[in-house]
Amino acid sequence: MLYTSAEFIIFAAVLLAVYHTLPRVCKPYLLLLSSVIFFASYAWYNLPFLIFTVLVTYAGGIAVAKVYERGEGEISSGEFDRETKKEMRRRVKRRAKLVMALTVTADIAVLAVLKYYNFALHNANALLHFTKNESDLFITLALPLGISFYTFMCVGYVVDVFRKKYSAERNILKVALFAAYFPQLVQGPFSRYDETGAQLWSPSDVGADALSWAFLRIAWGYFKKLVLADRVAVAVNALAGDADAYRGAYALAAVVLYSIRIYADFTGGIDITIGLSEALGVKLRENFIRPYFSKSIAEYWRRWHISLGEWFREYLFYPLSIAGPVGKASKWVKKHVGAGAAKRFPVYVATVIVWFVTGIWHGAAWNFIAWGMANCVVILISQELSPLYEKFHAKTGIGEGGAWGAFMIVRTYFLMSMIRMFDVYADVGKTFSAVGSIFTTFNYGVFFDGSMLTLGLTGADYALLAVGCAVIFAVSVLGGKKSLRERTSGRYALRVSLSCLLAVATLVFGAYGIGYDASQFIYNQF
Amino acid sequence: MEKKKRIRTAAIIIAAILVSLCLLDIATRLCVPKYMSGALDGAFIAEYYDEKLPHDVLFVGDCEVFSNISPVALWREYGITSFVRGSAQQLIWQSYYLLEEMLAHETPKAVVFNVLSLKYNEPQKEAYNRIALDGMKLSRYKLAAVEASMLQGQRDADTGEVVNESFLSYVFPLLRYHSRWSSLTSDDVKYMYGRDKVTHNGYYMRVDANGVSPDELPAVRPLDDYTFGSTATEYLDKMVTLCESHGVELILMKAPSLVPHWYDEYEAQVEAYASAHGLRYINVLAAANDIGIDYETDTFDRGMHMNLSGAEKVTSYVGGILSDEFGIPDRRGDEEYASVWAEKEKFYDDMIAAQQKELAELGHLVHFGAVG
Repeated sequence: MLYTSAEFIIFAAVLLAVYHTLPRVCKPYLLLLSSVIFFASYAWYNLPFLIFTVLVTYAGGIAVAKVYERGEGEISSGEFDRETKKEMRRRVKRRAKLVMALTVTADIAVLAVLKYYNFALHNANALLHFTKNESDLFITLALPLGISFYTFMCVGYVVDVFRKKYSAERNILKVALFAAYFPQLVQGPFSRYDETGAQLWSPSDVGADALSWAFLRIAWGYFKKLVLADRVAVAVNALAGDADAYRGAYALAAVVLYSIRIYADFTGGIDITIGLSEALGVKLRENFIRPYFSKSIAEYWRRWHISLGEWFREYLFYPLSIAGPVGKASKWVKKHVGAGAAKRFPVYVATVIVWFVTGIWHGAAWNFIAWGMANCVVILISQELSPLYEKFHAKTGIGEGGAWGAFMIVRTYFLMSMIRMFDVYADVGKTFSAVGSIFTTFNYGVFFDGSMLTLGLTGADYALLAVGCAVIFAVSVLGGKKSLRERTSGRYALRVSLSCLLAVATLVFGAYGIGYDASQFIYNQF
Repeated sequence: MEKKKRIRTAAIIIAAILVSLCLLDIATRLCVPKYMSGALDGAFIAEYYDEKLPHDVLFVGDCEVFSNISPVALWREYGITSFVRGSAQQLIWQSYYLLEEMLAHETPKAVVFNVLSLKYNEPQKEAYNRIALDGMKLSRYKLAAVEASMLQGQRDADTGEVVNESFLSYVFPLLRYHSRWSSLTSDDVKYMYGRDKVTHNGYYMRVDANGVSPDELPAVRPLDDYTFGSTATEYLDKMVTLCESHGVELILMKAPSLVPHWYDEYEAQVEAYASAHGLRYINVLAAANDIGIDYETDTFDRGMHMNLSGAEKVTSYVGGILSDEFGIPDRRGDEEYASVWAEKEKFYDDMIAAQQKELAELGHLVHFGAVG
């Protein structure tokens, strides 16, 4: 049931109608039921994997909480001195950590087997040549919908319980709804249990303000996905499909067109998700803050797929950078290399691992790992060069605003867009070759001789893309200082009118139906 | 003040929704193909709704009815009132639902079904589905025809691509034709709210000749299986029942054409079916020589479809049977009919003159659906 299918639109409309007529106490059950239906509509046979993750996560959370409770009970049951209490608490924490680690391992194991087994097997076989028919050993199941999202959210939940951020949930249905909540399954955003758990079980009333905003957001999301992303996908696929032929200017066109596609696709999908969720009385976190206005890659990653970045920072980067073995290694570096290197060492190790995992989270393939490492290298270099930048700014008096700021934005946009080519060409060698050709193959006349019209897009399509991008740009600028939500607060008529206008524009100008492949959101494949 | 503001907001919201619906209606009217120049086939089916008087004979089937039977010629020679409801490669279930729709509005004396489409047991092409179904008014007959016709994961016989048609797009055609926004022509604006007539009670006229000698035809390709499919036969059964329930005589017909080849095995099955169900079967293909059909002068596309000359010969032959064997009345004495059919005759004669003029000037036809 694709977001862009008639089935989904009918499903969502019926759900909203029924949902808002039900008493509050029934709403979570309807949400859970519809989430299961939505999940099963992709591949019902994957339901056991979701159920397994829910059971493990629920049981793990309870077990961690029980370890703490029992430990606290023991400590408070006798009269121990301070040191003994401290030691007992350490023992309790070690036990809780073990339970948490086992739970996380079990959760991740499902993801690892289903998503990474084939990749690992292929690479192991390439090294060890243990079988000639490796495809016979492949798992051919379709991946469970949203497994990369719900697994990480469940891991976050168990880790948070271990960290005592909140108590373990005693109602398994609440954990199930948290994991399976269908708007989030398509492409996130990641949410934390303390953010959405309570809301899901006790959704807030949806007033006219929220509802009008939700519909505007949904309409805006569909506009971006169907009018822009799926239209430009035709040309991107043509360019990526023959990387050897489409070099130089064509590769540059691929860079720009894919940046439009992924932005419109991902932000459009998130708009639909957040809007739909808001219409159900559940507020999800924002996942983007005008990312193409970033002045550095590090800033870009604080504005793009924010929930993923935060998840990695909280559950991987920080634990790694303070992990015991990393601390020991730092001491070794301090002794043998120097204090400066030792200071950087934990951050570097954690950064490299985080970007490796970020890469492979996006897909079990080397191109994604290369994509992650490219981000990592650029971020680390930029970090190393930051004192130089500061000196440059101090010496020249040039600040980060004005023309220099614009240059930084354009530079970051192109850098990020080029790194993203690993995703487009899905092959490391081809990506280097194609991106390299931008600087070595001077065939830029193709932008003016009609060659771009051979990529499956007409002049009218390009004009429509230009108008769509201009609208997105204008909306981004308008939402810069004060959010559009605030700007339009209380102006229901304006919101409804804009929603109608967007709906009509999408129905007329959308790239859907026969002749177009109904495409899933890009991030749903990650 | 607050109340005033609320009323104003509600009014704007209602207005916005109404304006959107109007815009969608305009966009739909603008984007749906008009079939007024180039290929005209898609305009045939809807012309039935303009009919003012009922008919004594209804013809249903594929291109072999719309190019071979001329209701105006039938009127002129026998005074029989008729309408042809056929479209390109119209499948039997489409003919069935079109017939069911017509029988809900009138009760003719006879229905003539051309049997060529019995050879198709599955939907073939999305384009032909559209040509047959887009012109139908929204009704339960249309919905049933859509349900029976949609390609669902089958390969399109023309493009070879796997096609999944959407039911909704037949109800809301904008969902299918919206992508025409970038290729609209002046016709799309001109015919937004009404189209010209292109047929003569469903008959598609062509006066030009592009004949073929039977010796020039390619060798007949043997088939693995000649048996009509179960779905096709099931709809023929339904057609028999439908006609019986309305007290209408069902007649089977095979029009004369050299392409596609009509196999003896097909013929035997139709004969057996007609005999088993007590139906009259008019095989004009077999009678072609006797009625003077000359494939070198009487077709406009090398043996597939009759031109005006061929169609009038076929019509005369079929009309004789309808009149003699089925007693279909001559309505030429009825003033109401005479005045309506006089208009049709004028349109018919004018078009013959126009086509002949163009043919004389250019040596071939360009308009009238000849190029498209």
